[in-house]
This record gives sequence, C-alpha cells and structure tokens, in this order.
Amino acid sequence: MAYFAELVVNGALTGLMYSLAALGFVLIYKSAGVPNLAQGAVVMIAGYVVWLLFSLGLSLFLAVILGAAIMFALGLLTERFLLRRMVGQPVIMIVMLTLGLEILLRGIGPGFLGAAPKSLDLGIGLAPIIIGDVFINRAYLVGGVVAVVMIAAALLFFRTRLGTKLRAVSDDHVSSWAVGISVEKAIGISWGLAGISAVAAGVLWGSVQGVDWTLSTLLFPAVAVVILGGIDSIWGVLIGGLLVGILGSVIPGYLDAVVGGGTRDVVTSLIILLTIMIRPYGIFGREDIERI
Amino acid sequence: MFYRLAGVHHTRYETARALWPVPADRWQVAIVALLALAAPFFLSSLYLGSYLLPWLIWSAAALSLTLLMGLAGQLHFGFAAVMAIGAYSSIHLARFGVPFELALIGAGLTAAVIGSLFGAAALRVKGLYLVMATLAMQYLVDWVIINVPAISGGAQATLRTPSVSFLFIPLDTLSARYYLALGWVALVAIFFLNVKRTSFGRALVAIRDKDFAAAVIGVDPFRYKLMAFFTSSFMGGVTGAVLAFCYYRAVTPEQFSFNVSIQLVAMVLVGGLGSVIGGFLGAGFVLLVPIILTNLVAGMAAAGWFTVSSNLLAHVPLMIYGALIIGFLLFEPLGLAKIYDNIRKYFLVWPFRHSRS
Repeated sequence: MAYFAELVVNGALTGLMYSLAALGFVLIYKSAGVPNLAQGAVVMIAGYVVWLLFSLGLSLFLAVILGAAIMFALGLLTERFLLRRMVGQPVIMIVMLTLGLEILLRGIGPGFLGAAPKSLDLGIGLAPIIIGDVFINRAYLVGGVVAVVMIAAALLFFRTRLGTKLRAVSDDHVSSWAVGISVEKAIGISWGLAGISAVAAGVLWGSVQGVDWTLSTLLFPAVAVVILGGIDSIWGVLIGGLLVGILGSVIPGYLDAVVGGGTRDVVTSLIILLTIMIRPYGIFGREDIERI
Repeated sequence: MFYRLAGVHHTRYETARALWPVPADRWQVAIVALLALAAPFFLSSLYLGSYLLPWLIWSAAALSLTLLMGLAGQLHFGFAAVMAIGAYSSIHLARFGVPFELALIGAGLTAAVIGSLFGAAALRVKGLYLVMATLAMQYLVDWVIINVPAISGGAQATLRTPSVSFLFIPLDTLSARYYLALGWVALVAIFFLNVKRTSFGRALVAIRDKDFAAAVIGVDPFRYKLMAFFTSSFMGGVTGAVLAFCYYRAVTPEQFSFNVSIQLVAMVLVGGLGSVIGGFLGAGFVLLVPIILTNLVAGMAAAGWFTVSSNLLAHVPLMIYGALIIGFLLFEPLGLAKIYDNIRKYFLVWPFRHSRS
C-alpha cells in the first residue's frame, strides 16, 4: 500500500512537471492554432540558457529572470520569422516546420555548449521527504509546486486585459481584427509566454536529470498531456498532467518487473491513442465542428 | 533548346494520356535508366554501396509514403515502424526457409495488415490528431519489437540477414543487391506513375481534397482510406525488407526509430508532395546534403580556415538537416519537384518565355 501511495504521489508530481512543458504547447495552440512540436527542444534550450547564465556567475534568481527574458525574445523571434510566414499553409507544413526547428535546436544546443549532461544545482537537496511510509522526491515536490503556481498564473493571466485579448484571438482571428485587436501581437506574446514556461520546465527538469539533449524528449509526455487534457485548455494541462503522471508511474511500477522495462512510453502512447480514438478533443478541449 | 517545341500541343487522346508526352522527357528517362543499369560498371563500390544504393531504397520508401501523404492526403508519422515490420518479418520468414521472393511478399502483406491498423485512426480523425496517433503507434511498434525476444532476438540484439538468392541469383555481391533495389524502386515508380491515372488514384485525390465532398460524389472514404493505408504499407514493408537485405544486412530496432519516420516525411516534403521525381530528389537531398556539407565543413576546418570542435562537428549534420527542412518549407513549400518543374517549363518554350506552355 505504501508502495502504491508512493507511486501515486511521485507520479502526480512528475505529471505536474510534465504539464509545465505542456503549458507552452497549449498557450501557442490556443492563440495561434499552431501545434508547436519544438516545445521539447525549446525546454532544452531554456535549460541550456539558464545553465550558461548560471555558470557565468550570476545568482540563480538572476539567471532564471534573465533566461526568461531571453526565451521570451526568442519566442517572439520564432513567431515573427518562422511561423508568421506559414499562416494559411496546411497543418502538415506547420507540423514539419516545428519538427525541423526541433532538430535544428537539438543540433545547436548540444553542438555549441557540449553534449555531456550539465548539472544544474538548485540547492534543493537530495534527501527525500518522508511522510508516513511514503518517500517523496524533494526535487519533484518543488517542481510540482512551481507547476501549480505557473498554471494558476496562466489562468489568472487570462483574466487580465491582455489575457482577454488573447482569448478573443483564440476564438476567432478575423473578428479580433475587426474589433481592433492586433492578432499578430497577441500570437507573438503567446509564443513569448510559452518561452517563459519553457524556462520553468527546463530549469526544473534540468536539475532532476541534467541539462542535455534528452530534455527535448519531454515532448512526448507533453503531447500526451495536451491530447488527454484538451489541446486548448489550461485546466486540461493540470488534469491531464496529473493523469499522465500517475498512470505513467503506477502501471510501470507494477508491470516493469514483469515485462522487462520501458512500459512508461507504452502507457504514454496508449493514452494518446485511446484519447484520440474515443474523445479526440480531450477532456476539456473544444470540439471543432467542421463545415464544408 | 532540348525540347525543341513551343508548348505541348496534343492532337490525339493517346498522346495526351502518355506518361511522358514530350519526346525529350522520354529520352531523359531512357538515359537515366541506362545510367542506373550501367552504374555497377563505372562506379566504385564505395559510391555504389554507400551512396547510390541507399538513395534508391530510400526513394522507394519516400514514394511509398507519398502515395499516402501526397495522393490520399493522410498524414503518417510512423512509417519507419511499417518498414520495421516488413524488415523483421522478411528476415524471420527467410530464416524459416521460405523462398526469398515469397518472403518479400509476406513482409509486404504483414506490414500492410498491421499498417492498416494505423489507418483505423485515420477513419476517426485527421490532420494534427492523425499525426499524434501515428506517432503513438510508432512508439508502440518499436516497443513490441524491442521487448519481444522472438522478434528482435532480445534487447540490444542485432539480427543478421540470412544469405538468400532472388530468382536464382545469390544476393552476395554488391551489384546483385544493387539490381534488386533498382528493380524494386523502378517497380514502385512505375506503379506510382500509373496509379494516378486509375479510378483508385482519382478516388484518393478526391479524398485528399475533401473527404466529405468525396463521399457526396460516391467515393467511400472508409474504404479508400483503408486501401490507401494498405497499399502504402505494403510497399513500405517490401521496401523495409529490401533495405534490410540489400543495405543494412543486420538490423537493430534503432534503424527504424521515430527519427527515421521524421526523416521520411522530410524526404517527402522536401521532394514535393505526391510527385515521383520529388520522391527521388527529396530522398537524395535529405540523405546526401547533410553528409556532403558536413564533409565540406570538416574539410574547411582541416584546411585551417576556422576551428571546429569535434563535438560541434558531430552536431553539424543535425543542424543542416533541420535548417534544410525549415528553409524548404519557408521558401519552396512545393519542394524540389516544383523547382524542377519551373526549370523544365522554362526550357520547354525557350527562348519564347511568354508563350503558352
């Protein structure tokens, strides 16, 4: 029973950290309708940027703030010079463009800064927190808390004046133009915000497993989170992250010993597949009705 | 200049329906075919075995995928898994003592049946969701192959292909393997050229353009989407088997990982969706350009123009490959086939560039 509780708690915290990577995906999809499959690589680049600033001698706080500013700018630039030119192209072109960006970033990051994993010490400490019989990983706990804070901040942000504009843009581009909202600016801002959420994900995952190219493989669980939760829903990120994390921890916890490992990817794949076959728009997603 | 005609003017239906209506195009095809047939006699085994042979096989793979993506408009990000199914089943059939010719067909059928399951998602969703579903299936197939020892021979195992002969010619020499690959890619290309002129091909195009509209005019989307997945997976499975027997000769699951699927889609898009010449050009471009440019960078670094660390050099192909994809999508979304077509159209009416073509 304690084993089960431990799997659930640590799985839930891991899942919340997945949702941190998924948050950027949702922010961009919500406003621009662009599936950003480069989000995993953006998380990796964010990890590298913060590591670089940190190793240059900045304090952790300053490094994160400056890293967030840099990633915001990079997000704006990506939107302006790559994705804006793709408006109106079929979805395969946009998917492939973001995958090309993913490959490019996966070459640039480790290529210029070294492929060996970089350690990013946040000073969290390694000793687990013990509640009853349950061992909780301290880094995951911090990650989970940060994820909840970020998602809450995103929810609150959509209540502000700027956030309302972003919601209008996510509803309809043409009507937003008609009432004087700059759609380009709103989409750019959502790319920038996705960059900031990537900083949070990159720093936390980087502190857990080291900063190297494997951070970009976060894309896969992040995709499962957004598909399950609904591709344009912030609440979906929270709930989807929890579900993907818990299922991806409990099922391998019991099955890995039987079949010999690697079931976490299988669980993630099955979550994607079953969601798409049963309810493609996810738990909280908006169902698109197609008209001829 | 080469074409010696100002535009294409047909006077009979047969000429309009011909695969290559312009005589110069027929000459071009014949010369390329002759060069390909004669390649083992004038190319060194290095160029034949490590450039031309993989190019031909990957062209066949890209053509199989573009049947699905370009003609039927169904996105597929798990095609490497389909090829893996073909490769592994052909090896196991051949080891079981089945003649290689039948093993190839068996590989195609196995891949087609399992590949049609990928198509089950296409009956439910399309676009982005289809990308995600096929991507998830790629991971599932990979996992099954790695974790079932009866298929992969155990985790981290390399499965050697048994020595076989095709139509009584043993596939031990490089030129025999080259001719098998050449024959297969020619078959795929001819099939593709002709399928566009059949009712099947036209039905696929109707579904690509709008599946509801296709249903209204009497094309059953359910049936034709499944048939598209079946046909394309069959060709992909045989290509996987040819790849295993003619090029790799020892297969591991990593040779058919998710990155290979992306590479295949990149070949199709860089070449140009739904185009035969695009399949060949795209496969060659995606395979060879990163290698050539990396050699160029390494050569310039060796000549002392600038210094490149070995770590950076190891990542240069990845950067070039990513930049290639981005560049093509931004500047020529219709791919190399469109560039070829523009050049051809220019010379078709040269020097009267404003005449009708």
